[in-house]
Amino acid sequence: MGQIFPRNANLLIRLSIFASLLLAVELTLILGVYFRSNYFRQINVAVQQPVPYSHQLHVGVLGMDCRYCHVAVDKSWAANIPATETCMTCHSQIKSDSPKLTLVRESYATGQPVDWIRIHKVPDFVYFNHSIHVNKGIGCSECHGQVDTMAVVWQVQPLYMGFCLNCHRNPEKYIRPRDEVYNMGYVHPADQLQVGADLVKQYGVNNDKNQLTNCSICHR
Amino acid sequence: MQTLRSRRSQSVPRLVRYASIGLLAMLLTACHTDMYSQPKFQTYEPSSFFADGRSTRPNVPGTLAVDQVKTDTYLNTGLIDGQPGDVMPFPVTADLLARGQQQFTIYCSVCHGVAGFGQSAIADRGPIVPANFHQQRLRDIPIGHFVDVITNGFYRGDPNNGGYQSMYSYASRVKPEDRWAIAAYIRALQLSQNATVDDVPPEELANLGR
Ligand code: HEC
Ligand code: HEC
Ligand code: HEC
Ligand code: HEC
Ligand code: HEC
Ligand code: HEC
Repeated sequence: MGQIFPRNANLLIRLSIFASLLLAVELTLILGVYFRSNYFRQINVAVQQPVPYSHQLHVGVLGMDCRYCHVAVDKSWAANIPATETCMTCHSQIKSDSPKLTLVRESYATGQPVDWIRIHKVPDFVYFNHSIHVNKGIGCSECHGQVDTMAVVWQVQPLYMGFCLNCHRNPEKYIRPRDEVYNMGYVHPADQLQVGADLVKQYGVNNDKNQLTNCSICHR
Repeated sequence: MQTLRSRRSQSVPRLVRYASIGLLAMLLTACHTDMYSQPKFQTYEPSSFFADGRSTRPNVPGTLAVDQVKTDTYLNTGLIDGQPGDVMPFPVTADLLARGQQQFTIYCSVCHGVAGFGQSAIADRGPIVPANFHQQRLRDIPIGHFVDVITNGFYRGDPNNGGYQSMYSYASRVKPEDRWAIAAYIRALQLSQNATVDDVPPEELANLGR
């Protein structure tokens, strides 16, 4: 039987070995990029909620404080989603027959909660706590962006471990005075590092050396 | 020649082959997601176990948290024998008033306005008509009334006779101590908004240009 492949086929074989190696590397990179992409994390993706509730109207226009609804944010690890009774304090009288609020009225009458769609979520192996951040001068907008301009809430930060650690390593870059925590439009001053270092000392942040980067505070 | 060469390089492919099994095993384990969503319930996580789909169970009727036991009725209601009392259950300090101001700004000013005149973004839009704290009736009323209104809300008209709850209760959001702090702050507002020149200490009068 004669030779089926010409001699230079060997070269092709060798090339294809390199090519497949390259492909494997590329695939890994693409997968890596995909899983870190904003698309995979659903960053900046607006979610349609069952009730067209708008932070832009209630916070931006009406000027309500976050704690009016998210009562527990400075007291517990979870920021609560308001009970429908909270909505009904106003909506029993304002727009009390609006079809957009049917679900809220039903929920108030029957006790069945409104099925809000969750937007921010850290994996179950991560422990997160709102009250410590809020009470030590970390503003909502640091992690949630300018909620007061959002008609529906979307996720602004990827909430990777790197995101948390970036701040835990240098809290002085992000800390602000306590009474500015609920101010969504807060702009850090030009001398933030100086101001921040003072605040870190004043609020006793990271008093234990390297406590904030200790694995077991988040993975407990 | 042929045989020699294959024998020499045999150990390398074998190493690669075994290593690849190890790599594959690591790849597969990395695909586990059961640590991301562990068999425990976190706040607001839905549950298929209960009929209403909630993992957070409503309290059994009559349950009280440790700090909810209402032994001190005056502190918790602001009422003495059904009538609003006119003394504070604890001393008023500058810190308490600051706390009252903070709580007032969060929960009350959206409707009643930062100065308590009943003018706010909500009032402007209607149809809610919040009370003006500077009307004579509320200036004369005993302080316990404010605590009572925060605790139970306020009805316009008789609830059994066509009346409706015009202001809902804030009892679930404002704890008793803070209700008193808010009440004290409202009193301070009433004094400050209705102050006259006579209230200014004589040594400060010069600052007013008098
Ligand atoms: C009038 C009540 C109200 C006020 C005031 C309010 N919120 Fe909300 N918030 C809600 C409700 C209801 C939801 C759930 C629906 C949704 O996600 O839009 C929510 C959801 C959110 C979420 C998304 C939660 C998730 O699913 O991950 C964030 C973040 C948030 N609020 C931040 C804020 C901040 C910051 C402020 C203050 C500037 C604020 N909220 C003020 C009612 C309120
Ligand atoms: C402090 C009073 C207040 C509270 C509390 C409040 N709202 Fe509103 N809401 C308003 C006002 C005022 C408007 C605007 C009405 C208008 O357009 O004049 C409004 C409008 C709305 C609308 C649009 C209604 C329509 O037909 O255009 C929705 C939906 C809504 N609110 C949902 C909610 C939900 C859900 C909650 C509870 C988390 C809530 N609101 C709590 C005051 C309030
Ligand atoms: C340090 C970052 C950070 C700050 C600051 C922060 N949040 Fe969050 N927030 C998160 C994370 C992370 C989650 C997801 C928590 C989870 O999955 O348990 C979250 C979730 C939420 C939720 C959904 C309910 C919940 O608890 O899971 C609400 C509502 C919310 N935040 C409101 C607020 C408000 C209001 C403020 C400001 C007072 C604030 N957050 C400040 C990081 C932050
Ligand atoms: C913008 C800054 C910032 C970001 C972002 C941030 N943190 Fe923090 N975190 C702080 C500060 C400041 C403290 C208070 C430290 C102290 O008291 O010493 C803190 C404290 C904590 C604590 C309590 C530490 C203890 O000593 O018990 C936990 C848990 C925590 N953070 C988890 C997280 C997680 C999880 C994330 C990411 C989702 C995150 N943090 C993102 C600034 C931040
Ligand atoms: C400030 C809080 C914080 C600290 C401190 C922290 N982590 Fe994490 N870690 C996180 C968060 C948040 C995630 C989840 C990231 C995500 O959503 O993919 C995470 C995820 C992980 C994962 C899983 C990664 C994956 O995608 O499967 C590992 C492994 C891990 N951390 C190890 C560590 C180790 C080791 C340390 C100590 C050196 C540490 N972490 C310290 C917040 C923290
Ligand atoms: C959702 C809007 C709203 C909010 C927020 C609100 N109120 Fe009211 N409040 C009203 C309305 C409306 C009335 C008028 C009731 C009437 O005249 O029928 C009222 C009346 C009152 C009165 C007068 C009762 C009387 O004897 O005439 C007091 C006192 C009062 N509120 C205190 C408070 C305090 C303290 C807070 C904060 C914890 C608060 N309110 C928050 C809407 C509100």
